[in-house]
Amino acid sequence: MAYQFPALTPEQKKELSETAQRIVANGKGILAADESVGTMGNRLQRIKVENTEENRRQFREILFTVDNSINQSIGGVILFHETLYQKDSQGKLFRDILKEKGIVLGIKLDQGGAPLAGTNKETTIQGLDGLSERCAQYKKDGVDFGKWRAVLRIDKQCPSHLAIQENANALARYASICQQNGLVPIVEPEVIPDGDHDMEHCQYVTEKVLAAVYKALNDHHVYLEGTLLKPNMVTAGHACTKKYTPEQVAMATVTTLYRTVPAAVPGICFLSGGMSEEDATLNLNAINLCPLPKPWKLSFSYGRALQASALAAWGGKAANKKATQEAFMKRALANYQAAKGQYVHTGSSGAASTQSLFTACYTY
Amino acid sequence: MPHSYPALSAEQKKELSDIALRIVAPGKGILAADESVGSMAKRLSQIGVENTEENRRLYRQVLFSADDRVKKCIGGVIFFHETLYQKDDNGVPFVRTIQDKGIVVGIKVDKGVVPLAGTDGETTTQGLDGLSERCAQYKKDGADFAKWRCVLKISERTPSALAILENANVLARYASICQQNGIVPIVEPEILPDGDHDLKRCQYVTEKVLAAVYKALNDHHVYLEGTLLKPNMVTPGHACPIKYSPDEIAMATVTALRRTVPPAVPGVTFLSGGQSEEEASLNLNAINRCPLPRPWALTFSYGRALQASALNAWRGQQDNAGAATEEFIKRAEVNGLAAQGKYEGSGEDGGAAAQSLYVANHAY
Repeated sequence: MAYQFPALTPEQKKELSETAQRIVANGKGILAADESVGTMGNRLQRIKVENTEENRRQFREILFTVDNSINQSIGGVILFHETLYQKDSQGKLFRDILKEKGIVLGIKLDQGGAPLAGTNKETTIQGLDGLSERCAQYKKDGVDFGKWRAVLRIDKQCPSHLAIQENANALARYASICQQNGLVPIVEPEVIPDGDHDMEHCQYVTEKVLAAVYKALNDHHVYLEGTLLKPNMVTAGHACTKKYTPEQVAMATVTTLYRTVPAAVPGICFLSGGMSEEDATLNLNAINLCPLPKPWKLSFSYGRALQASALAAWGGKAANKKATQEAFMKRALANYQAAKGQYVHTGSSGAASTQSLFTACYTY
Repeated sequence: MPHSYPALSAEQKKELSDIALRIVAPGKGILAADESVGSMAKRLSQIGVENTEENRRLYRQVLFSADDRVKKCIGGVIFFHETLYQKDDNGVPFVRTIQDKGIVVGIKVDKGVVPLAGTDGETTTQGLDGLSERCAQYKKDGADFAKWRCVLKISERTPSALAILENANVLARYASICQQNGIVPIVEPEILPDGDHDLKRCQYVTEKVLAAVYKALNDHHVYLEGTLLKPNMVTPGHACPIKYSPDEIAMATVTALRRTVPPAVPGVTFLSGGQSEEEASLNLNAINRCPLPRPWALTFSYGRALQASALNAWRGQQDNAGAATEEFIKRAEVNGLAAQGKYEGSGEDGGAAAQSLYVANHAY
């Protein structure tokens, strides 16, 4: 505790910090396209498309081959392992297509949940074994950031002290290993929206969780300037009867963050967690208009909230490519505006964009 | 852990937050005039004055009779218990004189350091017994904030994990109790400048200590918006052969704070810890000119660095009182400018102002 054994050289720190800042520069956010095979199965089932490797490749191809101007709103894309090595129909690697657009590549690094015995069905996350070697390989293959999702839930006796400690610790180990290999770790401690608790309760829990996460990151000598945070917004549980406005969500969210997230963290990219596309955008906009001090960029790392309309437009048919790309570009642009507090709700959102994307106990 | 039992009502939170903001309003800082009887002995012996209650009263009168010029640069004064109940020559209580200037009254509430057995000379701080009742009384008697000093030191094996944990915990208990009684706690985890360690080492230790402090405050449900932090600046040890500029000290200090102090904390009021008056002002100024983004006020809570010249000018003589008060006002105004990054430097090498005020292993 008394001595410092530097974990990173100044050059390593500089690289990490510059990468993190590039991802969230000027209102940019992240496309979370890292759905595992199982999760893609859920998505494709909704539009009645078979979950084959080819179908997954086709859908991702449509997203990644949009016009280059996407790079004004998307700073980074998180990929699943399989996708990193896939190619478009001309044989060009997806990762090269994205890099040529100036988009930073990320990779999902966790390997799913594992139960914590003696708890009320709580979990920790696996994936630390051989992580350093995996990170080194991904770095060689063009990746510059990683993502790891820990899950906490609100219920009787939950989240327990053990669940909070254990997930915070695993996140910190993952972050430390990433940085050793030149990858910026996105730290994702998701408090899922399942339940009927109110927004105030979510705020309390999120504050406790984030305080534990940042203590763990400090204990593990993680360089905060070279990380990003991917938290839940502070919202009521899905089964809560009380409704809250985007301004209320924004105030609760920013209050939570400013009590727990050090200013050294360059960016906070919210997960959408089952919110409809439009709600995810409206909430992000309200967050950026919140009058509290906000020394970090407040942006997005959306999966469902960027892709729902695009998926619906695609329906598995190549002929729908243009409509799919337009739907995706529209959400990307909307969220870029929201990340600057400049989103104006046009009122012309399609059915898919307001439809709740909540899937109980989401694991992907 | 998952349930919240609110520690404070909305009204209590507002009162605490308003007090904190008043103390660190732009251009204002704190006069730490809370030297214990033992500490005053050292100060007075340096100018050949006997350490009697009357002399201590006369000396504080010199400071508190400063005219309205201090209103714009002093937001709070920390009192020692004895002084809180003393009066000036006209029978006006010191508390009233200070309050009438619109300055917030504070009180030192800790009861000094005690050893931690099994460590290398490390300590914790006592004073929790009956603290709630004492705070309630002080609040009635005009105090709106309090201060509690913990001490850590850097050496081969220190600060130890125990010292960090224990001092952070005791600070959090103190803070929680203060807030229950409408008193804003100033949290002071001082890392002494004793030793030959370099700037980097001090930065590393300061980051570890502050991370532990904020985790403890979170664990104890302390309302950060209603607290202030009184840390050491990040400096090399007194016996370190390397010299650093104010800009280097500023960069190391602000970096450490950005990595550990949540933006919800309204102000950071640095201790002077034995720096000369001029050094303390130049460093504070450099801190306020540091290019890194900082979401909290960065100001002063100085004892020696506000009083050295005044003490020297007074030397216990009534005839010198006016001149002594002028010296104090001068330093107060300089530090008010430094707290805004507007201090241009004295240009002259004042005798007392540049003299190092370092006292080995300072405990007061």
